[in-house]
Order: sequence, then structure tokens, then C-alpha cells
Amino acid sequence: MEKQSFLIMNSNDNCATTVTELGQGKEVKIGDKFLKINQEIPYGHKFATIEIKKGEKIIKYGQIIGLAVEDIKMGDWIHTHNIKSYYLERINNE
Amino acid sequence: MSEEFMGYERPKKQVGIRNKVVILPSVVCVNHVSTQIARRVEGTVAIPHPLGCGQFGPDFSYTSRTLSGLATNPNVHGVIVIGLGCENITSKLLGRSVKRAKKPVEFFDVQDVKGGTVEAIEKGVKFAKSMVTEANELKREPFDFSNLILGLECGASDSISGITANPAVGVVSDKIVELGGTSILPEFTEWIGTEHLLIDRAINKNIADKIKKPLRLFLENTMKLGIDFRGIQPTPGNIEGGLSTIEEKSLGTIAKAGKSPIEGVIDYSDKPKGKGLWLMIEPGLDVESMTGLAAAGAQVIIMTTGRGSPVGNPVSPVIKICGNPKTCDWMKCNIDIDASEIITEGRTIQNVADDLWKKLVSTCNGELTQAEILGFEDIAIWRVLGTFPFSLK
Repeated sequence: MEKQSFLIMNSNDNCATTVTELGQGKEVKIGDKFLKINQEIPYGHKFATIEIKKGEKIIKYGQIIGLAVEDIKMGDWIHTHNIKSYYLERINNE
Repeated sequence: MSEEFMGYERPKKQVGIRNKVVILPSVVCVNHVSTQIARRVEGTVAIPHPLGCGQFGPDFSYTSRTLSGLATNPNVHGVIVIGLGCENITSKLLGRSVKRAKKPVEFFDVQDVKGGTVEAIEKGVKFAKSMVTEANELKREPFDFSNLILGLECGASDSISGITANPAVGVVSDKIVELGGTSILPEFTEWIGTEHLLIDRAINKNIADKIKKPLRLFLENTMKLGIDFRGIQPTPGNIEGGLSTIEEKSLGTIAKAGKSPIEGVIDYSDKPKGKGLWLMIEPGLDVESMTGLAAAGAQVIIMTTGRGSPVGNPVSPVIKICGNPKTCDWMKCNIDIDASEIITEGRTIQNVADDLWKKLVSTCNGELTQAEILGFEDIAIWRVLGTFPFSLK
């Protein structure tokens, strides 16, 4: 077994969490698929493992952790700049 | 694999994994008397605290229930309660609750002892000596895990606790529940954002309402104070660490409670009314939280930590598990289980959970945790009113 650079919590997730810094242009392997990291991803942050369209849900632990506020490409850094809370969105619309 | 542990049989069908004699001050004024007694008699533990006098309403309930709960935890063989004599949480009140639990107990007030604290310490030492001698005659016997209550805690978390140590604890919590035991998840402020998931896991609608109500009340009350709790989570530190939304943060917290159904909701320091997974209303401060868990009867607590926390408890052993490779190295003396191998070696959460299970069993059998070896035994009790609900500002 070897050192991991990211973890995926559930097979339904569309994001991965880094456990090391990942530099821009770095190639990572998910299953048998290669994916290029588009921006520098800090330690403990997330990147998209598939294309996510604006308004679509971000899934981690197999659960919704937010909504995309813009189109997110595979390998993009996912954080407060491009996702928002789905929970707060629902509460505010109640 | 044998699913048993070696514990001490207690009255009222309880089972302890430690065999302690507690020296309990009912009020801050006699803390020093209790710590002096404990210093002189091996096998005792004093539980000093800053409360016990001038406490009213919810604070009176929380303090008296918590102190009684600690004194009657299954890990405790017997108790010596010391009062001063003029406080409102009295030695008699606490002593009687220990009596109801059918445990050996002695209680007295320093003001009733001719010779003041010097003689009170002598009196306490004599009681303690004879109680420890009696406790020493008890032998460990095999019990199954339906007799165990596990407390789930996290503190000094970092951005990877929620993806390493916490889910490993969830696997162990589910196993305790499968074996007929009990598990308690406190820190209700950290469930916010995941209410829908917890409600889905409630065993019936009544329990679902019991999850909804305190969260709604908490948010309404904090709103009245001008604090939008949902708006301040995740904190700037959390965001810097990589947590993007309140629900992402809370999902990491509730991962400690695995996937088991939720049997009910208990108030701070209250005892679960059955087996399985229970939620405890508690605001989320580590030492206060673990005090509440031990008072609820948890014989053992598992605490995940990312940045590294040394805290323990005077009656229940605390097992530390950490997923951060740097902390596991720098604060090795404070960590029992290294979950950072999920990152450094590519081990699975299940692998680490297996190690944690083994550690849990050996802790139940008497092996000391790092917090026990190093002597971390502080308590703190949730206060609603504080010293007095008044301020010039």
C-alpha cells in the first residue's frame, strides 16, 4: 500500500478530498481513469472528479454538501468560490 | 473472535471497566480537601470543580445531575462526598443519589467536623482507605458488549478528521450497537446542516420531533441574541482548512455515529433509556461534553482529534484517535490510535476501525489509555446562566 494524495468517501461522490497539496497540471488516477488537476488544490480541499454543471449538487460521503454556482470542470478546485450551501438555500426558501 | 470484555460487576446490573473510589466535593470551597484525600490514598480519584453554590434553575439541575452521574458511573465502586455545609448542592443530596445506585458511600460536611479541614481530611482518608481495600477484593469477570455504553467525541478537529478518524469511529459505534450495546453522540450544535439525515434515521416520528425541536429552539434563541449560527459555520479556520459548507462540516462530525438508527434524544448528563444509538443535547465543548457522557453512564469514550488534544476524564477512559500524520508524530504521547495510515500507507477506514476495536476491547479489559497514563482528569459542567445573569454592559 502507498501514500495517498486524495480520498473519495463514497462511490457516489463527485468530488475528492486532498490529503496533500496537489499542484496545477498534476495527473491523478481514479480507478482506471486519469484526471488533470486544473488549479493548485491546498491540503484538505476538494476537486471535482467529473464535470458538474451550474445548479447541480456536490456529493461527498454520498450526501449533498452544496450546489455548484457555476460550471465546474473535471479537476477543478471546489470551494466557497464555486459552490454554496444547499442546506441554507432550502432554509432561506422555506 | 470473542466479543467479550473483562469487567467488574456492579449493583443494578451495571458493569464497570475501571474500579475507582471517587472523592467528590459538592462545592468548590472543599475542592482542596478532596484533592488532599485523593493524594494520600492510592486507587482514589478526586473530581474538583468550580460549582455547587448559588446555582439555580437549569444550572442547579445540570450540576447536581452531572455530579451524581459521575459518582454513579459503572466504573465507580464507591464514593466519598464532601460538602462544606452552607452550599445549595449538598453532600446529602449527592450522597443519597449514590445510595440509590446501591454503591458504597460516605458523606459529610467539613463544618460538622471538629478540627476543621485538617480533621476532615483525616476522616476522609480513613473512609477512602477502607473503601479502596473493599474495591480491591473485586475481580474482573467476562461480560458481553450489551453492557457497554460508548461515548463519541471529537475535539481540536482539522480538515481531515471528518474523512479519516471520524468514519473509523462510526464503524466501531455501529459494531457496539450490533452487539446490543449503546452509543451516545453529543455536540448538537454540530448536527446543524444534517438534521434531515438524523431525522431519517430516527426510529419513529416521536423521536424525529425530539431531534427537530432542540435544534429549532437553539437556532431561534441564538437568533434573538443577534447570532445567526448557520451564517457563522463553517468558521474562517474551517474554510481555510477546506470545508466549504455547514453541511460538509456537520457530515464529518456525525460520521462518528456510523449508520445505526437513532433510538432517542437525551438531555445533558441524562441516561439513555435503552440500548442502541442515542443523541445527547450538549453544546460541543470537549471537556463539558465528555463530562456529560461519563455522567450519562458511558464507561468508555472515543475521541477523534486532528490538531491534537490531550484531554481525559476522571471516571471514564478516553481513547484518542488521530488522522493527521504530523499530529500523530508530534503529539504521539497523547494519541492511542494512529489513523493517519489511511493517508500515509493507503490503509482503509475498515482496517483502522479494526485496530480501534482491538484498542477498545483492551481498554475495557484494563489497559490504560494515554490520557489515563498522563493523568488528564478534568471535568467541566454546562452552565446556562453563569454566575449571575446580569452585566453592566
